[in-house]
Amino acid sequence: MEKLQDTAIEKDASFESTMAAPMQRRMFMRYVGATAALTTLIFATTSCDEDGDDMPRDPNTVDLGSGDTGILNYAYALEQLEAAFYAEVVAKSLGLFNQTEQQIMQDIKGHEGIHRDFLKAALGSSAIPDLEVNFSTINFNDKNNILTTARTFEDLGVAAYNGAGKYLENAGFLTLAGKIVSVEARHAAVIRDLISNGTFSDSASTQGLDPAMMPADVLAAASAFIKTKISANNLPK
Amino acid sequence: MNIFKIIEDIEKVDPEVYNRLDSRRSAFKNLGSISKKAAFAAIPLALGSVFQKAYGQSINTILEVLNFALKLEYLERNFYTQALAANGLIPDGAPKGAIQKIQMHEAAHVELLKTTIQSLNGTPIAEPTFNFGKNFPDWNTNYQTFLTLAQAFEDTGVRAYKGQAGNLINNDAVLTAALQIHSVEARHAAHIRRMRNNEGWIVGDGNNSNVPAGAQPVYAGEGNLAQGGINDITRLGAGYSAEIASGAFDEPLTKEQVAAIVSLFE
Repeated sequence: MEKLQDTAIEKDASFESTMAAPMQRRMFMRYVGATAALTTLIFATTSCDEDGDDMPRDPNTVDLGSGDTGILNYAYALEQLEAAFYAEVVAKSLGLFNQTEQQIMQDIKGHEGIHRDFLKAALGSSAIPDLEVNFSTINFNDKNNILTTARTFEDLGVAAYNGAGKYLENAGFLTLAGKIVSVEARHAAVIRDLISNGTFSDSASTQGLDPAMMPADVLAAASAFIKTKISANNLPK
Repeated sequence: MNIFKIIEDIEKVDPEVYNRLDSRRSAFKNLGSISKKAAFAAIPLALGSVFQKAYGQSINTILEVLNFALKLEYLERNFYTQALAANGLIPDGAPKGAIQKIQMHEAAHVELLKTTIQSLNGTPIAEPTFNFGKNFPDWNTNYQTFLTLAQAFEDTGVRAYKGQAGNLINNDAVLTAALQIHSVEARHAAHIRRMRNNEGWIVGDGNNSNVPAGAQPVYAGEGNLAQGGINDITRLGAGYSAEIASGAFDEPLTKEQVAAIVSLFE
């Protein structure tokens, strides 16, 4: 009887008060019984913060999800990073570049922006929230630093799509990813040539293959530039 | 990787695994016959195929795609090899360096595809005879014609691989290798386009690609603005022109479309 009552209390505890007290939260988690729920809870906390609620800010780990949705969210995360970077370049650094280069930066900014917005729209309610970027290590007054960072992002993007293709189960999504990755490769080549003409494909092995990287490795490489913690734990392996 | 350990593990859940694999023994034999360097790349591909076949998925589609890709790579390799041998065609320095680099990649793609096809128990097609002068008689004396064709071949290659990705979805290793080639072709395409003072990306149906009317099939459909069920992606946000939207997405070509382009050089 006593046990039943306990359960009832856990069940009835309102979401807000459960989140507010660590002790009770643990009970709530036990009740839910699935770690997957953690992500949802953290999402909820984050949006509460935005509402001006004075709850302590949780480390806002964003879970990419599973299956094809998880892979598309993974792509969406990378496109968010790239789009934010080029938006900053165009806003702060265009004066460092000649006219042709300025057009290149504007075009890439547009491409990455539309990749981001497209993936967000395609994912709908499954889309991860906006990520917080961290560009504190990038010197936006230094042309070479901007270009080498751009190269890092573009090469990483190409390797990420190349490595993630095999995890997609829907052929339509696979083709869509293919439509995006070759444009990322074009960006990478053009940026590389701006750094040193002729290095457009030096990313490739002697077998003529570009790298294909696994999500965990890509996210580790990108993590220096993303403040939001990202979990790829549920991505296909 | 220990292939026998993998098969043993499978045996635990599928006692008939050896029966399934038995008729495919030659696939394993082939693994031993390829050179060490080639084997490094081909073994995962071959492994994938063995299981695909053992578990009832047709390998024919995959072999067809690989031979289709091989034909394009033969074409590119042959084109650059001949061009590099044509006296005075490609200026020394950066242009020659770039074309040599690209030629080496295309040659590597030919070898990788042949090895992969063999490791899947298939037969690589023989190298066809190409006739680049058939419609472009000054292709090996006029540097601009040569570059125009190079751009067309690279942009076609990107579209051709993209169009076949869906056919490789059941073989992870082959799909990944194809994607790894696909992005290298895109890098080549971007560089050649920049050599011609074109933008590295394709806007509209080739509006920014500076090709003669006869080469338009290479860019047909590139102006597409409908993606993934969204009718007009320029409406996704403020300031997305049709140029930006079409440049942000490359489009696939079907086998038939590619074959029609290749036939201009056969």
